[in-house]
Amino acid sequence: MPELTDLSLADLSAKLTSRELSAAEVASAFLENAKARNDKLGSFLTFADVAEDVARAQQLLDSGKAGPLTGIPVGVKDNLSTKGLRTTCASKILENFIPPYDATVVSRMKDAGMITLGKTNMDEFAMGTSNENSAYGDVRNPWDLERAPGGSSGGSAAAVAGGQVPLSLGSDTGGSIRQPASLCGVVGFKPTYGRVSRCGLVAFASSLDQVGPIGRTVEETAWLAEVISGPDENDATCLKDGKISLEGLKSGSLKGKRFGIPKELFSDSAQPGVLTAVQAAMDILANEGAEFVELSIPEIQQGVTTYYIIAPAEASSNLGRFDGVRYGIRLDGDGHEDMVAQTRGKLFGHEVKQRIMVGTYVLSAGYFDAFYVRAQQVRAKMAAGFEAAFEGVDAILSPTSPCVAFKLGELSGDPLALKLLDYCTIPANMGGFPGISIPCGLSEGLPVGMQLMGPVNADEKVLNLAYLAEQALGVQSKPPALA
Amino acid sequence: MGIPLEEVQHVARLARLQLDEGELLAFQGELNALLGHFSDLNEVDVAGFLPKPHAVSLVNVFGSDVPRAGLTRAEALANAPVSKAGLFVVPTIIED
Repeated sequence: MPELTDLSLADLSAKLTSRELSAAEVASAFLENAKARNDKLGSFLTFADVAEDVARAQQLLDSGKAGPLTGIPVGVKDNLSTKGLRTTCASKILENFIPPYDATVVSRMKDAGMITLGKTNMDEFAMGTSNENSAYGDVRNPWDLERAPGGSSGGSAAAVAGGQVPLSLGSDTGGSIRQPASLCGVVGFKPTYGRVSRCGLVAFASSLDQVGPIGRTVEETAWLAEVISGPDENDATCLKDGKISLEGLKSGSLKGKRFGIPKELFSDSAQPGVLTAVQAAMDILANEGAEFVELSIPEIQQGVTTYYIIAPAEASSNLGRFDGVRYGIRLDGDGHEDMVAQTRGKLFGHEVKQRIMVGTYVLSAGYFDAFYVRAQQVRAKMAAGFEAAFEGVDAILSPTSPCVAFKLGELSGDPLALKLLDYCTIPANMGGFPGISIPCGLSEGLPVGMQLMGPVNADEKVLNLAYLAEQALGVQSKPPALA
Repeated sequence: MGIPLEEVQHVARLARLQLDEGELLAFQGELNALLGHFSDLNEVDVAGFLPKPHAVSLVNVFGSDVPRAGLTRAEALANAPVSKAGLFVVPTIIED
């Protein structure tokens, strides 16, 4: 008999609806387990009082109104507002912030009867690729506690890989769901921009940010995508017909499916072991009848540069709201302006300040056209390149991350190396495309992720192809220490 | 070439970030390194491409015109570092 926390969500849900288990039993089993493992993993920053969520879930179960995720625990990235539950963005400046309302995605999970177990660690304000920019300590990769989980949703990915929760929410601005999912050997899905509301997501780069689910399998991940997606009047960028449908999730086969292989995403800068694992996975998919089409989208090479202009520019504006007046911590200063500057200067971490500085610089008079406007033009050309490529293929396939999980501290002396880790994931944010990372094998005993991207609004197709690929690959992705 | 320290100071002032000398020097180095890489944008011929400020563009999104409750004053002020008489308190901006 497997541990309750190891059960598939279908099994867990069946036991809940048949009354073999109560919502309280499930919640406390996960909560105990999550707390016990948190000393090692550091993936949760705050644990919730689950009583209200448990009562709501039990009520849905008792009244026969339960859905597949009723009573299922979830970890929520700490940049999503949770009413009455501390939300820090892993920053000192929000150390004491208690949101007065729930993010739309959080209230939808409540409506579905899900149990928010707590808030997960992250890079401060979602800026980073290793989770080492958290003001509240490192997250450790369950596959090797000396290694980073990736970022910025490192806590959300490690919590799922480490068996603390079966599902979690992350946010993805340049790869922050998919890259840590890849490094932790779990599934991470970034929906099309606008299919999930951003209301209550603390804004980093508003034209790129998207909330999405992380899970153990494509199917379980898709269930959460369905729950959180759909139109929201509180987010004007949310699409009207955005609800993600699970209808065709398991339909069809890989036979005759065409996958685009952009040569720029298989560059020599990726680790050989990663390329070997992805190639081996492609061979398996080919045996199932999948076809591969080599193509080229040259602007991918400027993706990281484009991102490190556009994202900081938007961040420098978005983070202007943290001024020590309406929320967060205030430090004393000589007059109003100095109070604001002292508060921000002392309480933001180095990476956040660097991005605010870069963003302020590229938006300042004299540089705006050369940097910001030009980056937006390159973005347009890159997105057009992808859109043209999608005409001839079902999806674009690539590694998710150019490397497997690296040692904590290994890259921290080289900020450019860390910034390059989003090389394969940035294009989906630039064009608003859906993208998913699924485990496709191991290199040096560490998980390798394979990414599938589709055109805007092809979320269902991307999830379907990811499901079929997952079935074909049959990767059992569980950290050895926990297996 | 590169950004002089005075310009780094100016940007920090615009961004309302109080930085010490060591940080200013660190950011000078980092900004120069990053800006050096930004020049690769010039390798792309962007003629004919309008700037794309949004991932998925929508136009004329209207909400329903129905009154609904917002935060109460107490809720809105609950996280304020300093508040008084139902208002946010900031340091004195204009002296008598």
